[in-house]
Amino acid sequence: MILNIIGTWLAAGLTIAIFSFLYKDNPLYKFAEHLYVGVSAGFGVIYVWAFDLKPMLIDRFVSEHGVERWILLVPAILGILMLTRWTEKFAYISRLPIAFTVGIGAGLGITGSVQGFLLPQMQATLLPLTTINNVILVIGVVTTILYFYFSHEFKGASNIILRVAIVFIMVSFGASFGYTVMARISLLIGRVFFLLSDWLHII
Amino acid sequence: MKFWDRLGAIDRRIIYTVIGLAVIIPLVTKLTFPIRVSDTVRSAYHSIERLPAGSIVMISIDYDAASGPELQPMLIAVLRHCFKKDIKVILTGQWALGLPLGEIALNQVAAEYNKKYGVDYINIGYRPGYTALIVGIGRELRDFFSTDYKRVPIDSFAFMRRVHNYNDINLLVGLEAGATGDAWVLYAGARFGLKMFFGATGVSAPDLYPYLQAKQIEGILAGLQGAAEYETLVNEKGTGTLGMPTQSVVHGLIIIFIILGNLSYFVLRKKQK
Amino acid sequence: MRHQIPLIVVFITGVLLIVTFFIPHEPFGGLEQRFLIWYSIVAGFTMLLGLDSLTRYHLVKVRNQKSGWGYSIVLLLGLFLTLVLGFYSWAKYQSPFALGSPFMFLYTYVIIPLQATMFALLAFFIASAAYRAFRARTTEATLLLVAAVLIMLGRVPLGGWLWHRIVDLVDLIPGTHLAGLKNLEIFARINDWIMDIPQTAAKRGIFIGATLGGIVMSIRIILGIERSYISGS
Repeated sequence: MILNIIGTWLAAGLTIAIFSFLYKDNPLYKFAEHLYVGVSAGFGVIYVWAFDLKPMLIDRFVSEHGVERWILLVPAILGILMLTRWTEKFAYISRLPIAFTVGIGAGLGITGSVQGFLLPQMQATLLPLTTINNVILVIGVVTTILYFYFSHEFKGASNIILRVAIVFIMVSFGASFGYTVMARISLLIGRVFFLLSDWLHII
Repeated sequence: MKFWDRLGAIDRRIIYTVIGLAVIIPLVTKLTFPIRVSDTVRSAYHSIERLPAGSIVMISIDYDAASGPELQPMLIAVLRHCFKKDIKVILTGQWALGLPLGEIALNQVAAEYNKKYGVDYINIGYRPGYTALIVGIGRELRDFFSTDYKRVPIDSFAFMRRVHNYNDINLLVGLEAGATGDAWVLYAGARFGLKMFFGATGVSAPDLYPYLQAKQIEGILAGLQGAAEYETLVNEKGTGTLGMPTQSVVHGLIIIFIILGNLSYFVLRKKQK
Repeated sequence: MRHQIPLIVVFITGVLLIVTFFIPHEPFGGLEQRFLIWYSIVAGFTMLLGLDSLTRYHLVKVRNQKSGWGYSIVLLLGLFLTLVLGFYSWAKYQSPFALGSPFMFLYTYVIIPLQATMFALLAFFIASAAYRAFRARTTEATLLLVAAVLIMLGRVPLGGWLWHRIVDLVDLIPGTHLAGLKNLEIFARINDWIMDIPQTAAKRGIFIGATLGGIVMSIRIILGIERSYISGS
């Protein structure tokens, strides 16, 4: 219980320290900012140990037998080689694990993008032009794709494609802006709610 | 002329103060507004509602404390819905810094419904790997998660013995603050046919609508409003519902600021001509 | 050799992942799963990469007592404290995230407020930016502005409240009985329509273009045409 009270006051203090930036940059904000970076970096290390090295590597090495055990040395070595980026002299060795991860990412990306995005999205655009919404959707998708086609210059009458695309893109960006405003305000509401409810017990 | 000049150049600290008051006053006065439920949220709700008792829902925490105010209410509402229907919950996540938020919510809601760890829900924790992990779980979960987050073998838990891959999971609920939702759709959804819906921050939500229209996902809970709508459907008011009046007031204020700024701009432009 | 071996590795892993998509049976399926597990393990090590430059920079700053070195001590102390509490909690409670552990105390009362408040600041900045920069100077800007305002209205209960007031106002005109129109919830419907149709269309068009670009880039990487990821190390 007492720990909760101390913790709440600590959290409130740090919240106010960050909010103090609204007035101007000050030592309290800088303190909180540096504390945040330090603690976050520490979190990274704990995570790597608790959720990667220990369960995926060390525990497996202990529990497995034969080939299944010793083959785990391969990712372990690759992981350690990744850390050679810390040194200038041996940093070139880190190209090997980077190549491994990039290759897997690229291979997965091609099949995933085609199967998971391109084909379903194109299929969902092949709509009968029997309702006004379908017409607008199809025109919007086609003109937007063409807007980013830079190998051909749209002149004269074909310029209308670009003008239609801009309408859709601007509406889309406006919608995204509206949603972004909503998101940021929600974050502020969350912090103020904490201060008024958990800390000051006003609400 | 000076008035219009000043109208378009209000000091930023005045704006900050007004915004701050606009957030505080509705919260303190407990202003209320009715919540209208949209089709996207209703659709997401029904994807859990039609599951029979004993079904398994996987919840992925793909956010951290920065997006907590928007997504944590969604998580709590979804957990309440699952526990009300006696649906088993597997908690995991792709954002390492968000898993503790999931644990906090699990413990809070499980206590409300007398649910037991290992019997009704489990937290399998986090592993790095992102897309590789998502694809790998599609073959065998235990290749990545042989233990839960407390290092207890997952086969110790009765309901987890029958869970090997996405075929044994009825639904995924992804709570998204970034682009992880795309990975779930591309790999778990398209490749393995896993059904899913997303709760997303206001920043990420617009990017998920193409998936919704293509029926690749069941629904979207967008921002704090989405959380409030889901709370309304589940009949449990939470911070989503409490925050919406404040959200409304601040939105109105920002719209007024935009109108004032544009008024000043147009009047000054006309006078210059 | 320093360049060739990584290119060969990229080619083999990339092609294997594509082949196993079409031939999931053994031995390809098992090999794919093994590579994915290895990827997961190696990816964990990448999380440590930034640690070196961060600690080295701040240690040098403290040693040379450069301006702001006091804050560097705060950073390094924060890092050290997190490591100590994290490993202690992991050892005693089997997980750093066990409720009641010192690490969870650090997370709940230090990380959450710091991280959440950093982003909460953006609310003020976005309000100020919207006021200052959001001007209907051109047709395109007006479109963007109108769409944003309609979304901001329709997305929250304010839109419903405003619509009801408009209907009430019009209803004051003698002879009109428009109370039933309140159910139309015009602003919410406009919001839904904008998100479902024009916004979806534009986003889909943009993402199809980006996806095609991503696929081309992946092919270039696998074939060794694109090598930027191995340069500079």
